[in-house]
Amino acid sequence: MAEFRMPSLGADMEAGTLVEWLKRPGDRVKRGDVVAVVETQKGAIEVDIFEDGVIERWLVEPGTTVPVGTPLALIGDGRVVGRTPEIAAAATVPAPAAPRPVQQPAVALPFEPESRARHPHASPAARRLAAERGIALDTLTGSGPEGAILRSDVERAATALALRPAAPKRLDLTEMRRAIAAAMARSKREIPHYYLSTTVDLTRALARLEAANATRPSAGRLLLAALLLKAVARALGQAPEFNGYFNAEGFQPGAGIHIGTAIAIRGGGLVAPAIHDADKLSLDEMMARLRDLVDRARSGALRSSELSDATITVTNLGERGVETVFGVIYPPQVALVGFGVPVERPWAFGAEITARRVLTATLAADHRASDGHRGALFLADIDRRLQSPETL
Amino acid sequence: MTRDDITAVLIDELDRIAPEIDATGLDPDADLCEELDIDSMDFLNLVTALHERLDLDIPEIDYPNLATFGHTVDYLTQRLASAP
Repeated sequence: MAEFRMPSLGADMEAGTLVEWLKRPGDRVKRGDVVAVVETQKGAIEVDIFEDGVIERWLVEPGTTVPVGTPLALIGDGRVVGRTPEIAAAATVPAPAAPRPVQQPAVALPFEPESRARHPHASPAARRLAAERGIALDTLTGSGPEGAILRSDVERAATALALRPAAPKRLDLTEMRRAIAAAMARSKREIPHYYLSTTVDLTRALARLEAANATRPSAGRLLLAALLLKAVARALGQAPEFNGYFNAEGFQPGAGIHIGTAIAIRGGGLVAPAIHDADKLSLDEMMARLRDLVDRARSGALRSSELSDATITVTNLGERGVETVFGVIYPPQVALVGFGVPVERPWAFGAEITARRVLTATLAADHRASDGHRGALFLADIDRRLQSPETL
Repeated sequence: MTRDDITAVLIDELDRIAPEIDATGLDPDADLCEELDIDSMDFLNLVTALHERLDLDIPEIDYPNLATFGHTVDYLTQRLASAP
């Protein structure tokens, strides 16, 4: 029997609120399936599961705030399937800030635990429609005789459900600001940063992108960011001391190359969800992942694994026109690579001085985990790979 | 499709990308990406959406024509008028 726990989505997360179960007891789940939605400082996050099994029972009910690591559900092998879930009493959390009320959906969840069902009176038509639309009858107030639920009551609830915006405003920017403040204060307090900078001739890389994009419809075009991420991912393969975590035992190399990609949120705020196994992706796959990630980060639909296991961060502040980024490492990571905007500059190329498009690449790294010499080699390797873009 | 129709489509798509900004009040000569805080991913999404809505592929080489709201409307109107 395994436990499905409240995940830690970053060094500074102490607790999370269970918003919604997306699977019910008896459901078979596979590694990677999204099982629950949890409200955190980073918004509502879809929590995926790390193992195969069958949900035996829920241990926490929606609306409850519990500390990181608290078991939320029991996962079994499917031989004993609990159909009478017992809901544990809400664990009290020594909340650092006043817990916020959970945003409950306008219509309650279709997956109410069976033990709480009160078998309301309802017309057969109402029951049929409720089943079709996945609406739990005991969440409705009936307008019929003796409070019986009528078809019209279900229709109203179904309409309310349909009217919920497709991308609900799940991001709480005040909470996100608080989370960024805590992580960045810790970074500057604990991590002895060192900074390196180099100028990369991007002419060949941009020429390759332009040639590729010229024959593609807009939906299939590549952005420079995808190419830069690939160069970093490949270079990390030769520079493992920049890919991982620093904790009480010292530096722990990452199990894979999971690049946290800084994404600005409209109205302020920032998330850096991971592109998993970035070194194994083709350029098109990288672009597709980036597009999907930006989309979901901005609509507030990130997965827990994306927020918890980035092994390095890449930030592309060139988007906003600056030339140089002086990065702040996201703890417990040990490095951040920053890219500025590509600019046209006079450049010695062979024996001539010509106009070339160049970009400033920077590295902020944790001096406890690496030294400047290794950092310089890492940054130079990123540059070298960008000079042969056809290999990326 | 008239110039007004094209303007309406553009405003509609900009609203999707930057819902908190009223695109009808944009300065037609101001830099679109700066005014709306649009990054390269947003811009690519805009071009893709315009492609779908107007059945008009905008090659990357034409992106400079989309620098301001006014230029974008001019460009789209011209392209659609010359389309077969």
